[in-house]
Amino acid sequence: MELTTVWIILIAVLWSGYFVLEGFDFGVGMLLPFIGKNEGERRAMLTTLGPVWDGNEVWLLVAGGATFAAFPEWYATMFSGFYLPLLLILVALIIRGVAFEYRSKRSSMRWRKNWDTALFIGSFVPALLWGVAFANLVRGVPMKAAPAGNILYDGGFFNLLNPYALIGGLTTLTLFLAHGAVFLSLKSSGVIQERAAKMATPIALVATVFAVVFLLWTQVAYSDKLWTWALVAVAALAWLGGIAMHKAGRDGWAFILSAVTLVGAVAFLFCVLFPNVMVASNDPALSLTVVNASSSAYTLKVMTIVAAVMTPIVLVYQSWSYWVFHKRLSASSIPNPEVGSLDFADEETRSAAVG
Amino acid sequence: MSVLDLSRIQFGVTTVYHFLFVPITIGLGLLVAIMQTKWVVSNDEKWLRATKFFGKIFLINFAMGVVTGIVQEFQFGMNWSDFSRFVGDIFGAPLAIEGLLAFFLESTFLGLWIFGWDRLPKKVHLATIWLASIGAILSAYFILAANSFMQHPTAYTYNASKNRLELTNIMDVLTQDTAVVTVFHTLSASFLTAGAVVAGISAWLLVKSKGPDVARSTLKLGVGVILISAAALGLSGDMQARVMVAQQPMKMAAAEALYETSAPAPFSLFTIGTLDGSKPIWSLDIPRGLSLLSTHTLDGQVEGINNLQTQYEQQFGPGNYKPNIPIAYWSFRLMIGVGMLGALWALFAWWSIRKGRTPTSKWFGRLALTVPFLPLIANSFGWIFTEMGRQPWVVFGALQTKAGVSPTVTTFQVVTSLVVFTLLYGFLAVIEFGLIRRTVIIGPPEEVSDPFLNPVDPATGERELSITY
Repeated sequence: MELTTVWIILIAVLWSGYFVLEGFDFGVGMLLPFIGKNEGERRAMLTTLGPVWDGNEVWLLVAGGATFAAFPEWYATMFSGFYLPLLLILVALIIRGVAFEYRSKRSSMRWRKNWDTALFIGSFVPALLWGVAFANLVRGVPMKAAPAGNILYDGGFFNLLNPYALIGGLTTLTLFLAHGAVFLSLKSSGVIQERAAKMATPIALVATVFAVVFLLWTQVAYSDKLWTWALVAVAALAWLGGIAMHKAGRDGWAFILSAVTLVGAVAFLFCVLFPNVMVASNDPALSLTVVNASSSAYTLKVMTIVAAVMTPIVLVYQSWSYWVFHKRLSASSIPNPEVGSLDFADEETRSAAVG
Repeated sequence: MSVLDLSRIQFGVTTVYHFLFVPITIGLGLLVAIMQTKWVVSNDEKWLRATKFFGKIFLINFAMGVVTGIVQEFQFGMNWSDFSRFVGDIFGAPLAIEGLLAFFLESTFLGLWIFGWDRLPKKVHLATIWLASIGAILSAYFILAANSFMQHPTAYTYNASKNRLELTNIMDVLTQDTAVVTVFHTLSASFLTAGAVVAGISAWLLVKSKGPDVARSTLKLGVGVILISAAALGLSGDMQARVMVAQQPMKMAAAEALYETSAPAPFSLFTIGTLDGSKPIWSLDIPRGLSLLSTHTLDGQVEGINNLQTQYEQQFGPGNYKPNIPIAYWSFRLMIGVGMLGALWALFAWWSIRKGRTPTSKWFGRLALTVPFLPLIANSFGWIFTEMGRQPWVVFGALQTKAGVSPTVTTFQVVTSLVVFTLLYGFLAVIEFGLIRRTVIIGPPEEVSDPFLNPVDPATGERELSITY
């Protein structure tokens, strides 16, 4: 196999890992105000993510770094072209990451409410915009050739907001929401688990509508390969299977199947794109491909060796960390949920009086 | 202002800001690992309390380092896409390796450390903070190797058909002398920073008598770390200076505002007046100092700005090859001067606690709280010096900064992101500072209970968690 093919597969794997892992983080972040009715519940929900969210986000950083290393032309054109959406994603990820760490440090309800808003927006915006971004890669964006021969993005912000891309965004948004609800019903007990389980099915049905429209639209309008239908089928069957498993109360299987759906959807998008990585809507000759966007053979070889050695090791220890924290959490797992760890003594008395 | 200028300001703002948190993460991670090791080995509860206390500060800081780090990776593509195209074949590799080798290690094991107190056996839990700390140090190594390629490109060929540099030997990029001395210097600075955080806060706690047994021990640890790091900084700085003279002589000439090639060359300590090559109003020099620093001889020749300018015009064609001289001159001095103040304070603090003495004066405590800021200021000037001293190049001798900026990004886009990042970063700085201030005022915990003895919920049979979000 060509190393450029190996690398596009690896980048698809990294995005799949990112969607599966941070997908449920985003989902839980958005569900926080709807499922967590009191401080104990909200903090238990956040603590299910506590040990893992940062490691999950590294999948994005590695996907970005791998794109830079293996397909620098793609990295350069896409990141400078999708400037404002990426700025929004960055702001969202910044406020969200800080919110995890800071929200429960103080007991002030205003402080905590503000950080919960940050968590909601910080989860909502990327969950929507990653779908918009991927849809635009597939649909194609205006491109132009620079005098030096490089291919540049030739559109503005509003080129990226088209009906197809918005459906793509709503697809990732609702898939992540459902994925998060399934994760919560797997990782929590008590009322959190009950509410999450109850919400999962209707959200999953809404997601089904968007996903079906998006995947069919993609296959019919943008795929030149008949066999990518197989991946549509895999994603769809896994999703329906997940819904059935959830109904049957088999949360572990429901979670695995919703993960399979996300992997299937990412694989589908990359296969539809292949050998392109960023389609030019105005002229097919201006599309970036795994060949014209790639690094030199030597760099790809070096990176292949590094990835082949490191990826299995990372998977082992990251899986271990999930196993260490496999127990379900409930509101009663959180001692003194109203008290902030950085409260001064007088605040503690006050909040105890209020609580 | 042009997209180029705005992009440079944005890179400066976001990078200097990011690097306020990075050295604390690198250095304090290791110091917390040392504190926890002392607890595990000695079973002295004092060190557990120290671990918990400085661990809190470490995590408040770490969150900021993580979220500002994402911006760093994205903005090469967003604002500097032609730079990314030109060097991506080489520069992208250490970045990807950094993620795969270092970030995963750091984030996963830090998650295990934060939440694993009551989930992991004591020694396994200790291992997690060490692995997280190793991850942080590894990430510094790879990103500095990438930066060193910008200071001194090596192991590449120019591919004319793609108009880019291509990698010929990854090991050369990772082990070239520029990278080795830069890593040595930056890690020394990070440990000095963390030493100053620990010692400065501990000295204040000692004066206030908040957890004095903890504070005395951590003050000694912090002071020791500052002094060892300061020695390492001097040594590595000297090595780096010689590498710089050989590879980027213009940067050293700018650092000294040395216009004419001189043998021997003096080291300028301080100047009043302009630095434009005319006679300064007043200046204090160490005779032969620069010759000693640059060549390790007392009469070695050091090249001046004017000669280098002529030489570069012949080599690269017409143009201005001088960096901003006043900025290079003053940032170099402030880096060294402010950094040395931290080391001097460490000696003073050491003397203040000699033979079991406890400092009691209010101003000693207040002064101590300013100490953590000294290395942060010095670090910032160090980066401003080394990055602005390399101008007009972004990759020395290979690509000028003006050729690296994104060709399709508009002024509106860069202004928007610059304003957004500046406001957001400013706001978060206030919040972060407030939380660290609270942590310090509360002081080390009076006692730390064994998390395995937490009450069990009779309904579920589950033990209360000792650490939650």
